[in-house]
Amino acid sequence: MKEISELLTPHDIGYTRDHEWARLDGEIIRIGVTDYAQDQLGDIVFVEAPEPGKILKKGEECGTLESVKAVAEVYMPVSGEITGVNTALEESPGLVNTAPYTDGWIADVKPSNLSEMEGLMAHDAYLEMLKGMKE
Amino acid sequence: MRYLPHTEEDIAEMLQVTGASSLDDLFSSIPEDCRRKTDLGLPGPVTEWELNDIMAALAQSMAVAPQYKVFLGAGSYEHHIPATVSYLLGRSEFSTSYTPYQPEISQGTLQALFEYQTFAAFLLGMDVANASLYDGASALAEALLMAARVSRLKKVAVSNLIHPLYRRVVRTYLEPAGFEIVELPFSADGRTDLSKLESTEGLGAVAIQSPNFFGCIENLGAVGNLTRDTQTLFITSFTEPLAYGLFKSPGSQGADISCGEGQSFGIPQSYGGPTLGMLACLKRYVRSMPGRLVGMTEDKEGKRGFVLTLATREQHIRREKATSNICTNSGLCAVTAAMYMASLGGSGTRELARLNYDKSEYLKRELRKAGFKIPFAAATFNEFVVEFPPGFEAVYQRLIDRKVVAGLPLAPYYPRIPNHYLLCVTETKTKKDIDALVSQLKG
Amino acid sequence: MKEFAGSTGLVLNEPLLFEKGKKGRSAISLPRRDVEFSELDETLTGSGPNFPDLSEVEVVRHYTRLSTWNFGVDTGMYPLGSCTMKYNPKTNEKQAALPGFAGAHPLLPAGLSQGALKVMFELERLLAEITGMDAVSLQPAAGAHGEFAGMLVFHAYHKSKGSRRSKIIVPDTAHGTNPASAALCGYSPVNVKSNERGVLSADTIAGVMDDETAGIMVTNPNTLGFFEDNIKEIAEIVHAKGGLVYADGANMNAMLGIVSMGEVGIDVLHLNLHKTFSTPHGGGGPGAGPICVRKHLEPFLPVPRILEDNGEYYLSYDFPSSIGKLHAFYGNSGIIVRAYSYILSLGPGLKKVSQLAVLNANYIKEKLKDTLHLAYDRPCMHECVFSDKLQAPLKITTLDMVKRLIDYGFHPPTIYFPLVVHGAIMIEPTETECKEDLDLFVEAFKEVVREAGEDPERLYNAPWRPKVRRLDETSAARNPRLTY
Repeated sequence: MKEISELLTPHDIGYTRDHEWARLDGEIIRIGVTDYAQDQLGDIVFVEAPEPGKILKKGEECGTLESVKAVAEVYMPVSGEITGVNTALEESPGLVNTAPYTDGWIADVKPSNLSEMEGLMAHDAYLEMLKGMKE
Repeated sequence: MRYLPHTEEDIAEMLQVTGASSLDDLFSSIPEDCRRKTDLGLPGPVTEWELNDIMAALAQSMAVAPQYKVFLGAGSYEHHIPATVSYLLGRSEFSTSYTPYQPEISQGTLQALFEYQTFAAFLLGMDVANASLYDGASALAEALLMAARVSRLKKVAVSNLIHPLYRRVVRTYLEPAGFEIVELPFSADGRTDLSKLESTEGLGAVAIQSPNFFGCIENLGAVGNLTRDTQTLFITSFTEPLAYGLFKSPGSQGADISCGEGQSFGIPQSYGGPTLGMLACLKRYVRSMPGRLVGMTEDKEGKRGFVLTLATREQHIRREKATSNICTNSGLCAVTAAMYMASLGGSGTRELARLNYDKSEYLKRELRKAGFKIPFAAATFNEFVVEFPPGFEAVYQRLIDRKVVAGLPLAPYYPRIPNHYLLCVTETKTKKDIDALVSQLKG
Repeated sequence: MKEFAGSTGLVLNEPLLFEKGKKGRSAISLPRRDVEFSELDETLTGSGPNFPDLSEVEVVRHYTRLSTWNFGVDTGMYPLGSCTMKYNPKTNEKQAALPGFAGAHPLLPAGLSQGALKVMFELERLLAEITGMDAVSLQPAAGAHGEFAGMLVFHAYHKSKGSRRSKIIVPDTAHGTNPASAALCGYSPVNVKSNERGVLSADTIAGVMDDETAGIMVTNPNTLGFFEDNIKEIAEIVHAKGGLVYADGANMNAMLGIVSMGEVGIDVLHLNLHKTFSTPHGGGGPGAGPICVRKHLEPFLPVPRILEDNGEYYLSYDFPSSIGKLHAFYGNSGIIVRAYSYILSLGPGLKKVSQLAVLNANYIKEKLKDTLHLAYDRPCMHECVFSDKLQAPLKITTLDMVKRLIDYGFHPPTIYFPLVVHGAIMIEPTETECKEDLDLFVEAFKEVVREAGEDPERLYNAPWRPKVRRLDETSAARNPRLTY
């Protein structure tokens, strides 16, 4: 397991308490899980992604990540319609481990309520939360 | 007592280390009002030699070969078990080990189970088989639950010619989960009447057994044609897998899932258990499968090895969302079946299946010649139904007194066809045995 | 230097069966063909399975070699917590192999199967006496199967009372099969935490028990190795709201002759014959998971029941309130014969089994508590739980330590369970291990921990000695190869 200081926590995204991230790119919000999440799970072997077209609320389960010995649910950081999923994860689920914020993205969402992005934690708040958890 | 190695000195020394004053004191953390007030009221202990006598006397009362000629099938089959299979199972590294969660020291079990999975998949013409379920009945129940998960439909069609006891188990599993079970009746030729199937909508699965409970070979291809490219999964069930040494495999007929009982492959009948639940399916459904799966992989030095895999389907990880609650399975019986299939080989499986068929056909012909009615016209494997004249019960009882069990009376299971009996002939019956049966039936 | 059991030696490779053989070989003696070939509808026939053809020697060598790659209870100590890997008596195998038992068809008329029926009838009574319950069904084929049966009993009971219940209380120390079995009956688990002593508090249960809760599933002793000492009060709380108490009897090895489950408020209990009652684990099965119930739940037991009339035994399906059937026939009769033989062989001495099992576990706990972090420093029952907390600063995990333990000749304990202890190491020696082997086990673990500090590479890359090293489980899951 990585130390907190070793974890990647980009500044250009919002974070949830369940270790998902969301990045606004034009009209679409791209979502995934954080470096902490992938580090805790270990090698990802299978990603169950949400169905395109599905409309989900913030906090609703939208998929699962499976490692060899564990399963973790992925929850929507924001509400909206799933407009696309990262099909590369079918062949290469390990992208979630190697590039959790870039090539390992999970889904694209057309947000129903853009203001929800403000409700997410910024980089500093997320780091504080992680430090609090370790104690 | 020979299983308890502690001497009085051992106990005294160890109590000192633990800080307990006596063996009784070890339980002082248990509240007084929870402690047993009385000693265990059990018989014994008996010596090994007394045990031998007790069990031998009990075993003597059972009607088994060679004293008895038992012409019973119906989900449990008498086949010769080679001495090699029994001997190899005596290697206690197989029997006294646990589930292979530590793969480095369980490669024996893991490779044996991988080979079993392969044998099962090849036999049934499917892509993947699991490492066992409890028995054929629970395997069918699990297959139906699996099909419902995949299709997201809780309405299933089940043939009335599936083993009646299997259907009972299916109802027990499916009713609390709110399933609708549509029954498919049987036709005059002894096979399932498929007409209802075409007209029923919203089916998540259809289950047909072949050879069915009457021993008849079903038209699996017809069902496969109906379900292909629909949302309905085609499940085939079986109680006598040796039939696939002769007849077309379920996979070749369009089955999505094939499940059943593997007891015929080297596993003693043992008054009904332990036996072997087999389940195999197409690759696309593998993540919905119940039960353990063994996969091939490499170790850090590149050597081939085997591990339990896709464990995230299972209860110890997925808990209430698991594909099944199964933990302990029938692993040693799966290894037994693999040893048996390895011993038979492809050639032996075909020859033995053909021999079963021919012996059974011989009895059928002789019974017809003797004037007995064979009511169902469909082809059968090693068991078939005979319709005896009314009052046959007395003859049946007389044969029992002569140590011959002439089939299974079907009245308790199919009350609308009285005087029908299910007779089974395997390679364990000689021509002489068969001739004697016919002669005794003639009276 | 002590000589540990783990050594080196020549172990032979052995390919897959599908990589061996030659067409035309045979390992079987085909019975004599004394009937003619009969007509066969060719439109129905297939080509038969593509199995390899092997000679008898090839088959015997194959499985003999495979067996040498396995570690079993007969090989060495196997301290898997909650699995009760005790010695499997060989006389039990002999009894189960008697032709009268092994060769019996389950649908023989009752008059021709008295021996098997009597064994089952008697075992039901023996298990009822041992557990303090009133009625038993031997039909479930494994513990989880028994749990499912128990949940069906709950479901049937509540239905009979006209009560709709959708939830069931499950402690955080529960085995994964518990919530999985509950889910099969449509119950949603209500997870509750154990307290700082590692047991359930009555208050916690009172806080969640209501009219929509079917009851609670407890394991007693629990998976931390502690007797749930609030069980009587908890049972009262659950019963007061019309619920039932289910006990997972996996840890019964600590309770024989010590506690009567029926007297502490348990309504339904399952047993694992392949744990407590010495039947072999078989590399994953088969086992047997009988359920024992109190009198008021007897009508719901699975059918058929085994009845007795004037010394004659018979099967009856005439129980209209029964939950139904879980197994094609009557359960794993061959396993039942073995357990019956075991109980007859020990008699009331079964109490000594529990006493020594608990002695062994406490002995190990005391001897290792300065080496490994003891999760709860209290007397335990038949198993104790440690963690890798003390080794964390060294960046050594539970997995690293137990993989190295293999090289010393011991099967690892249960790891990463129960989930409430991070990095859990659950050790259950059972009563059949002698003091010398317990001492060697302690010594070996101490060596491993010493190595963790001095030469961690020995652990990270362990095990070194078995036929294979650590395996790539990630690729196996990403790209499953499940058939040859």
